[in-house]
Amino acid sequence: MSEPLLQAENLAKRFDGIVATDNLALTVKAGELHAIIGPNGAGKTTLIAQLGGQLAPDSGRIFFAGNDITALPMYRRGRLGLARSFQITSLFLDLSVLDNVMLAVQAHAGHSFRFWRSARSEPELREPALAALARVGLADRAERVTSALSHGEHRLIEIAMALAGRPRMLLLDEPMAGLGPEESARMVEMLRALKQELTILLVEHDMEAVFALADRITVLVYGRVIATGAPAEIRSNAAVRDAYLGEAESTDHV
Amino acid sequence: MTLFIEQCLNGVQFGLLLFLLAAGLTLVFGIMDLVNLAHGSLYMVGAYFAATLTAWTGSFVLGAVLALVGTLLVGMAVEVIAMRRLYGRDHLDHVLGTFGLILFFDEAVRLIWGPEGLSLPLPSWLNTSVTILPGIQYSAYRLSIIIVALAVAAVLYLLVMRTRVGMLIRAGASNREMVGALGVNIKLLYTLVFGLGAALAGLAGLMQAPILTVQIGMGENILILAFVITVIGGIGSIRGAFIAAILVGFVDTLGRSYLPDILRLVLSPNAAATAAPALSSMLIYLVMAVVLVVRPEGLFPAVRK
Amino acid sequence: MNSALTVRNIVVCALLVALALLPAYVKITGNIFVLTLFTRIVILGLAAVSLNLMLGFGGMMSFGHAAYLGIGGYAVGILAHEGIYSGLVQWPVALLASAVFALVVGALSLRTRGVYFIMITLAFAQMAYYIIAGLARYGGDDGLTIYKRSQFLAPLDLTNKVQFYYVCVALLFGAIYLVHRLVNSRFGLVVQGSRSNDLRMRAIGFPTYRYRLTCFVIAGTLGGLAGALIANNTDFVSPSMMYWTRSGDLIIMVVLGGMGSVVGPLIGAVALLVLEELLSGITEYWQIILGPLLLLVVLFARGGIDGLLSQIRARVAA
Repeated sequence: MSEPLLQAENLAKRFDGIVATDNLALTVKAGELHAIIGPNGAGKTTLIAQLGGQLAPDSGRIFFAGNDITALPMYRRGRLGLARSFQITSLFLDLSVLDNVMLAVQAHAGHSFRFWRSARSEPELREPALAALARVGLADRAERVTSALSHGEHRLIEIAMALAGRPRMLLLDEPMAGLGPEESARMVEMLRALKQELTILLVEHDMEAVFALADRITVLVYGRVIATGAPAEIRSNAAVRDAYLGEAESTDHV
Repeated sequence: MTLFIEQCLNGVQFGLLLFLLAAGLTLVFGIMDLVNLAHGSLYMVGAYFAATLTAWTGSFVLGAVLALVGTLLVGMAVEVIAMRRLYGRDHLDHVLGTFGLILFFDEAVRLIWGPEGLSLPLPSWLNTSVTILPGIQYSAYRLSIIIVALAVAAVLYLLVMRTRVGMLIRAGASNREMVGALGVNIKLLYTLVFGLGAALAGLAGLMQAPILTVQIGMGENILILAFVITVIGGIGSIRGAFIAAILVGFVDTLGRSYLPDILRLVLSPNAAATAAPALSSMLIYLVMAVVLVVRPEGLFPAVRK
Repeated sequence: MNSALTVRNIVVCALLVALALLPAYVKITGNIFVLTLFTRIVILGLAAVSLNLMLGFGGMMSFGHAAYLGIGGYAVGILAHEGIYSGLVQWPVALLASAVFALVVGALSLRTRGVYFIMITLAFAQMAYYIIAGLARYGGDDGLTIYKRSQFLAPLDLTNKVQFYYVCVALLFGAIYLVHRLVNSRFGLVVQGSRSNDLRMRAIGFPTYRYRLTCFVIAGTLGGLAGALIANNTDFVSPSMMYWTRSGDLIIMVVLGGMGSVVGPLIGAVALLVLEELLSGITEYWQIILGPLLLLVVLFARGGIDGLLSQIRARVAA
């Protein structure tokens, strides 16, 4: 329960002179929900991108379940059990909800040069997709066309797609973004249930959600970690207060 | 040698004609993000108007000027009635919708002027040769095409680079929303730009009418070349269109003149005779294919937002 | 699931049955003209269905599809000209030639997207047009007459109008079924996903290029089949078959009929060609209506006739 599942060491990333990630070290323990918070521009999305494989770090290493995944492309990390959801929803809007998740399953279920058999009837594609949808509470919407669903439901489909590959760990980039109070509450409940089954690294601005869900919190400012610890510790940490929570009070529920 | 110079001038002349056509296309694409397949129809309309109005008025110049005005009006009408509803839509919608306009225009022309083409004879004062260099004669009319087209290109350049309207055009090309937010009457701007493009197309159509053709479907043939030039030059870039057009004019004209001889060096006369016309026609597309592979944004892409 | 007994499904079934039974109608009424007309409709329907695989399902807007019709047709024509009349040689050559051309064009064009893709497919089709028009031996601009239709084993005789019609219908139905299976297979799902959001597909882990290229080649090959049929139907092929505006005509059929389904394009072909027959009886300038009609369909009825029919169901069932 307490061995590190994901570890980043000395991670660094610059964009044309701007230091986005500054000698960053991070440890996520198996089974925990670990939240990353920080003011805008702290480099949270850049960090997730490096952990997920969309961005290559300039230096440093990333370990997942004991493997060095620093150079591994995205889909290979997916195969090892590390999946990511995206901050900006990018779904297949004209396909059904089930099709969306099935494609996520299909990507790792062998090659797709199969021309005859109906894909939607294949249990090895259908079952994991329906299971993932059930976990986010959208099983009854499976056959609807995706464009008919609300923004909040789109965020849930995003997560379902990440779950489709049955990952051991999820990288969630601002799943609450753009959600109203009702949808936020629903998302929090869903994440609370989800964290029983897998390890989650959560980047979020919504402080209520973060403090309700997180086992541990890491605070990021200008690309470096200024504090890591249990929610209570973070709440009372003076440096964090100065740098972030002060600002957060006014930007809460963005 | 004289032949070579003449062919070079022909290449420039053809290129400038193509530039007029491509400039309108690339302007509309760059600013309104509109793919207009019916641009060739406006080219055709210009030619037909010129042929008819010249015959009516008895004056080539008057006929040409009236034809220009007519094409401008038709262009603006098309913009208001049809194009406005296409802005912001998928390019596929543009292609389909404007293809429908091609059908409409071809049939309308056939209805009004009949299926046979028209002819536009040159007035005697243009139907002569001029000595441009010692010992070298060149068609006065073709020379006047070059002069007019260069003048239009210069005016276009001044318009886009030095005037407020031009500034709006350039701004609109790189950031549509901002220009609208600045309180500029975007609708009017778009109508004017489209009208300008139509006038340019009409000018190209009427200028080539005495030497080439006035017939239904002439727009479809040349439209492809205009698009190729737009793609090679970079969408939205007038400068790119100019350079690409001259390039295409040269390659096409010189290619057609000299390719048979070049091929005869490597192939049998029979094979050369067979391959030459096909290869000459293909030359432009090969150039485009090469450009797209090497520099997909074109040679001088306008800076997009 | 909703009942399959929708207005749209009934119309589609009726259409397919009518096409199958047409020769009986012709036998009874003696109206040979209808048979000639519908042979042409069926062949162009096949061409439109093949285009839609790439266009509607694959999202690949090719303005050069007529090239495959031309290549398929000329394969038959050229071989016939050289004395090779066997359909068992001609037709595979037609298919192969189309496939190869599609492979080359697709491999290069699919590196681009949007308007560039449209232009480059158009350019390649024009190149093919110019090459064929330059073949003086095979008629050049004037075209090539085919004196003998493709020969198959007796009793199959393509000069028999009814038999030929049935061959065309069989191939059309076969193509429809093939496309139906393709688009619902794993392969089809990837292609549709690419159409919907190619970036996301690649992010998920699909190397989309190879799937789209395969789709492109299959569509082009089916187009070549339609071309071989055209050659036999008209006993004549000409470069104008391949001119880019003919590609536009095919696109019209697809959009008019409905890009979102397998049979939509067939509906479009039937609608367009029947409309053409009816309207040209009234006025020879009927295209003046077709042009704006196309624009209206694009603006207001994007799903085509098929889309409109499907909407009837939604309103009735609700």
